[in-house]
Amino acid sequence: MTAVLPDLDAGVTEQRVRAALGTVVDPELDEPITDLGFVRSVAVDAGTVEVHLRLPTSFCAPNFAWLMVSDASDAVSAVAGVARVVVELDDHSDSDLVNRGLAAGLGYRGTFGSEAEESLDELRATFTRKAHTAAMERALTGLLRADPSADVRAVTLGDLPPDAAAALRRRRAAVGLPVDDGAPVLVRDDGTRPGPADAALVLRRARSVRISVDGNAHFCRGLLTTRYPGSEADQVPRPDDRPVLPLEVLP
Amino acid sequence: MYTKDGEQYYVVDAHIALWDARPENQRNVHGRQFIDCFYDYHRNLSPEAEVWPYEEYLYQGGERLMRDVFVDGIVDHAVFQPARLAEFYHRGFGQTEEAFALARAHPDKLTYNHYWDPRDGENGLDALRAAAERMQLKGVKLYTADWHGESRGWKLTDPMASRYLELSQELGIRNVHVHKGPTIRPLDRDAFDVADVDHAATDFPDLTFVVEHCGLPRLEDFCWIATQEPNVVAGLAVAIPFIHTRPRYFAQIMGELLYWLGEDRILFSSDYALWTPKWLVEEFVDFQIPEDMSPEYAPITVEQKKKVLGLNAARLYDLPVPEHLRLPEADETETGPREPAAADLAGAR
Repeated sequence: MTAVLPDLDAGVTEQRVRAALGTVVDPELDEPITDLGFVRSVAVDAGTVEVHLRLPTSFCAPNFAWLMVSDASDAVSAVAGVARVVVELDDHSDSDLVNRGLAAGLGYRGTFGSEAEESLDELRATFTRKAHTAAMERALTGLLRADPSADVRAVTLGDLPPDAAAALRRRRAAVGLPVDDGAPVLVRDDGTRPGPADAALVLRRARSVRISVDGNAHFCRGLLTTRYPGSEADQVPRPDDRPVLPLEVLP
Repeated sequence: MYTKDGEQYYVVDAHIALWDARPENQRNVHGRQFIDCFYDYHRNLSPEAEVWPYEEYLYQGGERLMRDVFVDGIVDHAVFQPARLAEFYHRGFGQTEEAFALARAHPDKLTYNHYWDPRDGENGLDALRAAAERMQLKGVKLYTADWHGESRGWKLTDPMASRYLELSQELGIRNVHVHKGPTIRPLDRDAFDVADVDHAATDFPDLTFVVEHCGLPRLEDFCWIATQEPNVVAGLAVAIPFIHTRPRYFAQIMGELLYWLGEDRILFSSDYALWTPKWLVEEFVDFQIPEDMSPEYAPITVEQKKKVLGLNAARLYDLPVPEHLRLPEADETETGPREPAAADLAGAR
């Protein structure tokens, strides 16, 4: 008997392309580009897919832009049935350079030449780590608000509410930390558990990381809607696991 | 002088500009993109009543600047922090001669800071020497993301930058304002990093490094550096307008800065003409940390607001604050910004 994958028979759809784009994350904001409203358009014509991306300003760092554009191209290429992918970055100070470089398969360094001193692996690793640190702080601060006397060093993944645990597990997996119920939540960047003397400081520092990530998300989301009126309809509100301290405008 | 509820505030706007982004000065599409980006910041974060028409945003001129910044006496003194952007604008973005002339006409109200760029090489050193003498410079604004020929940015740790910092120190330029703002061009050169400030602050302990936009969105990196370098200060340009649209986020920024740096190392800046200072000052004086954030952050005191709004910048620029408005410096924060050795928290990384 043959295994049937009915999806394959349905051909390439915009829905599947968008789902694939949903796996592409803005490294600094730790959110899918689909939720952020960065996907301007998706056009599917048989096996050919054309995607246009847009960013909050024309001067968004080209290394971040390149990561998202090339990740988008890879993600869409992996969709079953896709034969040809065109991903274009619109209205950016480097649109022409990025679009030509991507189309020619030149890679980041091949596209930007001497301006790109390093590969993007380190950049990606930095922000994967920050995403984890911020998620760790959200989880612990949420817990502390419910029980201010909690010993943050003793908290394990199994002690967290399911949503917070799932969000943290995802980011722990990305940085190679254990994800079992017994694993301690509060860890330093190198994955070790802080001592009693510096636990509070590790959490304080994690808080400033989380505020940076949140703040940048507010900034970029706001700027996108200012730059592209109507784009707010394409933005998905930040999920509940994010602002432990609510950040909406006061009445 | 701004007075509210019987309290007097000496206000220093530590970051203003007199720019010209009109089409005739735009050298290329990037000149337009740059001012459009500023205008989007302006529209996105301003109260509706404070939003200007695009045409007015391109250029203000001296008369309008004096009215906007000093109207109703709300700002007592302001400091020009010009960006050159010579690759984007024919005559540069910040208008050196116009701003300098205005400062000379109103020395009690305006201080002119200039800029330098290590990529100008030896000639630039001579030019800095001449400018410091002619303009009696107390400070400079450095824009590390500026384009310059083939280069799309530089770092404070570049060898030539050290020469410029040395010369600045020799010339009595004590305040070095560094733009470390939202992630923006250039590429990997300097796009998300405030680490070069750490090196420079260590190498030049007699200079004060004001990190504009307090490193946002690398607030944590900035705070970390500031705990170890007592000569690093936070400028609130582009951070303070969040007070209106995102007050809870702004509360968190202030909470973090007060915790890590303490109340003596934070400077109010409107970043005029990105925003006018009046509404920012008014909202800041009225601002308070929301009650439900109290487990994380203490309320901001009137004394702290007075320091942030003007007394801290007045100290850096030797401005004559009336005796009865002065305040003593606070004790060091828990993280010990004045004792770098005690703040060696490497184990917590």
